[in-house]
Amino acid sequence: MALPITYNVRNVRVRWQLTLLAVVGIALVVTTIVFLTAMASGFSLALRATGRDDNAMVVQKGANAELTSGIGRNAAQVLLVDPRIARDDAGRPLSSPEILVVASYPRKADGADVNVSVRGVTPRAFEVRGGLRIVAGRQVQPGLPEVIVGERVRERYGFEVGSKVSIQNKPWEVVGVFASEGSGFESEIWGDLETMAEPLRRQGGYQAIVVRLADPSTFEAFKNAWENDPQVQVSVSRERAFYEAQAGPIAGALLGLAGFVGIVMGVGAVFGAMNTMYGIVASRTREIGTLRALGFSRRAILASFLTEAAILAAFGGALGCLLALPANGISGATNSANFSEIAFAFRVTPPTLFAGMVFAVMMGIVGGLLPALRAARLPITTALREV
Amino acid sequence: MSGNGKAPMVAVEGVKKVYRRDAEEVKVLDGLSLEVPEGDFVALMGPSGSGKTTLLNLIAGIDRPTAGKVVVAGTDVAQLGESELARWRSRNVGFIFQFYNLIPVLTAEENVALPLLLTSLSKKERRERALTALKVVGLAERSQHYPRQLSGGQEQRVAIARAIVADPKVLVADEPTGDLDSKSAEEILALMETLNRDFGKTIVMVTHDPRAAQRAHTQHHLEKGVLSL
Ligand SMILES: Nc1ncnc2c1ncn2[C@@H]1O[C@H](COP(=O)(O)OP(=O)(O)OP(=O)(O)O)[C@@H](O)[C@H]1O
Ligand SMILES: [Mg+2]
Repeated sequence: MALPITYNVRNVRVRWQLTLLAVVGIALVVTTIVFLTAMASGFSLALRATGRDDNAMVVQKGANAELTSGIGRNAAQVLLVDPRIARDDAGRPLSSPEILVVASYPRKADGADVNVSVRGVTPRAFEVRGGLRIVAGRQVQPGLPEVIVGERVRERYGFEVGSKVSIQNKPWEVVGVFASEGSGFESEIWGDLETMAEPLRRQGGYQAIVVRLADPSTFEAFKNAWENDPQVQVSVSRERAFYEAQAGPIAGALLGLAGFVGIVMGVGAVFGAMNTMYGIVASRTREIGTLRALGFSRRAILASFLTEAAILAAFGGALGCLLALPANGISGATNSANFSEIAFAFRVTPPTLFAGMVFAVMMGIVGGLLPALRAARLPITTALREV
Repeated sequence: MSGNGKAPMVAVEGVKKVYRRDAEEVKVLDGLSLEVPEGDFVALMGPSGSGKTTLLNLIAGIDRPTAGKVVVAGTDVAQLGESELARWRSRNVGFIFQFYNLIPVLTAEENVALPLLLTSLSKKERRERALTALKVVGLAERSQHYPRQLSGGQEQRVAIARAIVADPKVLVADEPTGDLDSKSAEEILALMETLNRDFGKTIVMVTHDPRAAQRAHTQHHLEKGVLSL
């Protein structure tokens, strides 16, 4: 019963001048949305630890950021005997006590001094944090003045493997580069905790402890137990939630902006598509009358024009995605709660592109609906009378 | 009258058609009756605005009478619902228009095959039938041409192929030669005669051209919404 799609495809192709405006309008909307979404997703990824659901983040009571937190070594010891913490075969807790300081380096791009977080960790950190891997060079050796740098740090400050960086006026050799699936760690410098503790003057305690829970469902119990323990004075959150709380307002605002701009521009594009489709329907009135006379139903005409609007919009969507594609990998930066710079890369992901296409087709269908209804409702005799 | 007692192919009984333009009523057909026996070739003549197209549209089932009855190929057209009527048209009526009304983005063959999309025929069968219809009108070798690559006369022949491809009993033609030079018009009329004589199509044709009307077996004159002799 339906008209063949080739009919619509050829019509779009033949009348491309007529459809160009609508296509470009839809393309611009999709480009903007994909661009903003890419920024927001790169951003929220950067402000979030790779975040396992079974990891708990322990900081000093009341501290929102790691830098302003301090947990004494004694308190840590007490806490780490908790039976809810997962243990390895040797019975040692799966935990990552970490120290954090901020150092300042000139940015490669403009020479401006920028804060960078320096984190001292135990050899277990990669295992406990998860999602981390060495992409160049090797891990640090405890006892030696060595560090590894995140990919963004190498990029933005030019700290290559083999070079020296100064931390607290002492030279440390860069022996490796690591990646962490786009998270904020990639904007940090990591070294061995015990080696760094003294030169960084952090012998007394840790900034944070990440612990792996043997059973994630015990989180609430674990949290309640330690937050109410007057001896240790800590706050406990899920690792992911801790970082998301820091990223939250900004990333959320960005996504909200993408949504808002998308809707405002989308409404405009819908009217553009509607205008174009009205023009298309008007220019094909006699054709519609002919098809109806031949026996094609109103529904077939409606479906055909909606299909045409969708095809047109899909062209716009594809063009928009194409225009947004170069945004992938553009880097931006923001300040973390630790007062250091966190760089992030725009991420144009397949799901983002897919969502852009879906949005485009939806705009086309919404814009095409009224004109298509008009086309389907025209009395045959009136339509045939049209020149 | 259908002398042999058989039911006529087209029976129009006391049909009224009133158009309402704002508050004003325009009586286009006023109690008109007409019978067309099966196999007849009828010409409808009359001055402009006399209601020829209106009558043809009623017979073709793309319009409904204000009052009266239109029975075509045994079906009371006014009794059918919107979608039933569409289906009925696709099986029983072939349309020939003054301006051919081919779909510009479809090839001759695709245009001709269009009505067959409403049948259950396979793609291959549709192709074969379309080519057969194009052979009947002598344009088989133009099957892959687009309408703009054809002359007016050729376009009308493609349109005629489209009108007969689903093998309808009735062909309606509204000024089929109105836009053609006399040589092309002659070819089209000859083709319509063939369809009437050799393929047994009942044809109702509206025309201003007395020479075209002479090719028909029966001539009717419309004047102010009624038939005059
Ligand atoms: N949809 C409509 N609404 C209002 N008036 C209409 C409509 N269709 C036809 N008419 C009027 O009905 C009358 C008859 O029209 P019709 O098209 O049947 O004439 P016709 O005999 O075919 O004329 P022509 O030879 O010029 O084609 C005309 O006065 C026309 O203006
Ligand atoms: Mg007319």
